[in-house]
Amino acid sequence: MAKNCHNDYKMKFSGDEEFPDLSLHNNHMAKVLTKDIYNKLRGKSTPSGFTVDDIIQTGVDNPGHPFIMTVGCVAGDEESYEVFKDLLDPIISDRHSGYKPTDKHRTDLNFENLKGGDDLDPAYVLSSRVRTGRSIKGFTLPPHNSRGERRTIEKLSIEALATLSGEFKGKYYPLNGMTDKEQDQLINDHFLFDKPVSTLLTCAGMARDWPDARGIWHNDAKTFLVWVNEEDHLRVISMQQGGNMKEVFKRFCTGLLKIEETFKKHNHGFMWNEHLGYVLTCPSNLGTGLRGGVHVKLPKLSTHAKFGEILTRLRLQKRGTGGVDTASVGGVFDISNADRLGSSEVDQVQMVVDGVKLMVAMEKKLEKSESIDDMIPAQK
Amino acid sequence: MASTFTRMIAGRYPAALLASLGAGTVAGGLLLSDSALFAEGKRSLYPPSADFPDLRKHSNCMAAALTPAIYARLRDQVTPQNWTLDQCIQTGVDNPGHPFIKTVGAVAGDEETYEVFAELFDPIIKDRHNGYDPRTMKHPTDLDASKITNGVFDEKYVLSSRVRTGRSIRGLSLPPACSRSERREVERVVVTALAGLKGELAGRYYGLGDMSDKEQQQLIDDHFLFDKPVSPLLTCAFMARDWPDARGIWHNHEKNFLIWVNEEDHTRVISMEKGGNMKRVFERFCTGLKQVEQLIHERGWEFMWNERLGYILTCPSNLGTGLRAGVHVRLPILSKDTRFSKILENLRLQKRGTGGVDTAATGDTFDISNNDRLGKSEVELVQQLVDGVNYLIDCEKKLEKGQEIKVPFPVAQFKKY
Repeated sequence: MAKNCHNDYKMKFSGDEEFPDLSLHNNHMAKVLTKDIYNKLRGKSTPSGFTVDDIIQTGVDNPGHPFIMTVGCVAGDEESYEVFKDLLDPIISDRHSGYKPTDKHRTDLNFENLKGGDDLDPAYVLSSRVRTGRSIKGFTLPPHNSRGERRTIEKLSIEALATLSGEFKGKYYPLNGMTDKEQDQLINDHFLFDKPVSTLLTCAGMARDWPDARGIWHNDAKTFLVWVNEEDHLRVISMQQGGNMKEVFKRFCTGLLKIEETFKKHNHGFMWNEHLGYVLTCPSNLGTGLRGGVHVKLPKLSTHAKFGEILTRLRLQKRGTGGVDTASVGGVFDISNADRLGSSEVDQVQMVVDGVKLMVAMEKKLEKSESIDDMIPAQK
Repeated sequence: MASTFTRMIAGRYPAALLASLGAGTVAGGLLLSDSALFAEGKRSLYPPSADFPDLRKHSNCMAAALTPAIYARLRDQVTPQNWTLDQCIQTGVDNPGHPFIKTVGAVAGDEETYEVFAELFDPIIKDRHNGYDPRTMKHPTDLDASKITNGVFDEKYVLSSRVRTGRSIRGLSLPPACSRSERREVERVVVTALAGLKGELAGRYYGLGDMSDKEQQQLIDDHFLFDKPVSPLLTCAFMARDWPDARGIWHNHEKNFLIWVNEEDHTRVISMEKGGNMKRVFERFCTGLKQVEQLIHERGWEFMWNERLGYILTCPSNLGTGLRAGVHVRLPILSKDTRFSKILENLRLQKRGTGGVDTAATGDTFDISNNDRLGKSEVELVQQLVDGVNYLIDCEKKLEKGQEIKVPFPVAQFKKY
């Protein structure tokens, strides 16, 4: 690993002297971390050397925003969630609607369990997308991993992806080796990810050694895409124009399971456990790590007084079409599931499918100047 | 916890390692033995060659000096505070550099860095400081400002004069490595000492996190306020952690002696004033530094210094004197002369825009300062700057009258001490 915690040396100083100043902070870590918890955890370290100071550095450096509640901590390896459970369990509970340390998470990647989803009106639903992340067992995570580890992850990923065939046959483009032509094409396809500039990520050490061992893989049809060594070991994305979420989800599940098979054959399955589901770098992505969403035109509904309320009840969230933290353009919103942990992949995509269907119906009503009061859903 | 440990072992390591575990596994998350075993396994799975950075597109001093052999010998070494080579070079790996500007690409985490990792830092120092060899040469320190001659410039040309350096507090880790408590201790030590300054040096401290809006605006107007580093050269070297905790600015009431606390170094010390009296600026600089040093001695602290490297600072480029003495000077005709760069080069001076390093000059006014830091004393460097600026002004005056100017002989390199 790149970081050495030099924690033994820091133990010379008292917990009070080391405790961060969180007086201006508004993130989950700052809400949860007390001097007692800090004192209890500061002497510990995961076997790979990740410490509580490493966990919280990003949250200390990014006080947060008064309106957006960021998480403020990251895991450095699978063991982080065990060794630092006194800090991470309350954060997980806070972030994931009261999820308890004894709760079990259900994984369901059987696309056949999704009802409907192939009939979202394409006049309103412009595109559909499902993404998740996966961490490979036996390696530390992006905030902590060494160049050697990261390169091995890349090598394993390239090997695994090269075995895919049929609709999943594709090609890998390492960030540090693509031609200008390839780069332009990836930019035009909106596939290229760039060096993180967000301090939420850079302060967590995730941009180290950029662009070494980072890359993008996609299938020839450009509907299935894998990012290697960005914020997680792998980010897996299935997407297409139009509203056929059923097809997107089918491809997502099929592709993911094929990739997982190949990694397992090399004795490197994905990090998963029955309490936290899929283990990822940011606690906000535990469970399914899934964000399933659409770009949908809702010019009237989005200005309705109850829009926010409707989204909350449907367990959905809105973003601008540029992604998280962007504003909507022309009444087009990115609508996706808010939950990650405590419900399965099928559950979450079902909520998107049902919720978007309902909201499109509401939009149509509002176009005819009819009321939608009797359509307001109950809290899911 | 024992189950987590065995799960990890079974998942990751070759069978050979399992055999060596024995019965010593104890439950608990703390376990130095966990870490030691992990580190051992890591070393066998990832030899140094697996971790050697890709420096093919890099052009900084670190990339020029670091070889796979040096990396292999140093990768698993640590300073007494457990600072590693990977941490020293991270900034250089993350910032390939620019073909025209050669950045250093490595930082120290503590005083011992320059010893433990000497095999890398010595060639970097040689490269950056004109062949200075820390193994064989000694660095002279001389803060006797009375030795400066001709140190008052023609104010028709020189608008302002400034001298800066840095100082590190021995026994505390440097900004890339320091913990919050160490950083707070640096602040305590320095602020306590500064409170003892009297007369024209008496002043006040403004903690970055505590200042009022009014104080902040005043410091901005005075051009004293430093902000959170945005340059990736610094952020990739971990120097912006925990901002703005334990950072602040101290200045005297006269506003001509200023100290930054916990920015890129433990302290940056600046003496400045409008006009051309560089001698007075340097006098105040030396007096102030000596008084601060006396005040910290009284409490049992001292500055990091040794006779090979002079004053120890975070960036190898600032070793020795850490001193940049400069002026803002108007040279409308000379600056357009094709010989301007060569003249500066031979005088061992550098030009910057008046916004500081990496800014372009606006109009005819330049920031002219000394190139060198290590191998010559403070007095020598300031005298070199004084002589050089006087020469430049003389050229400008000659060109005004249509007279001929000459490119001077190159200034001598270091003497042998």
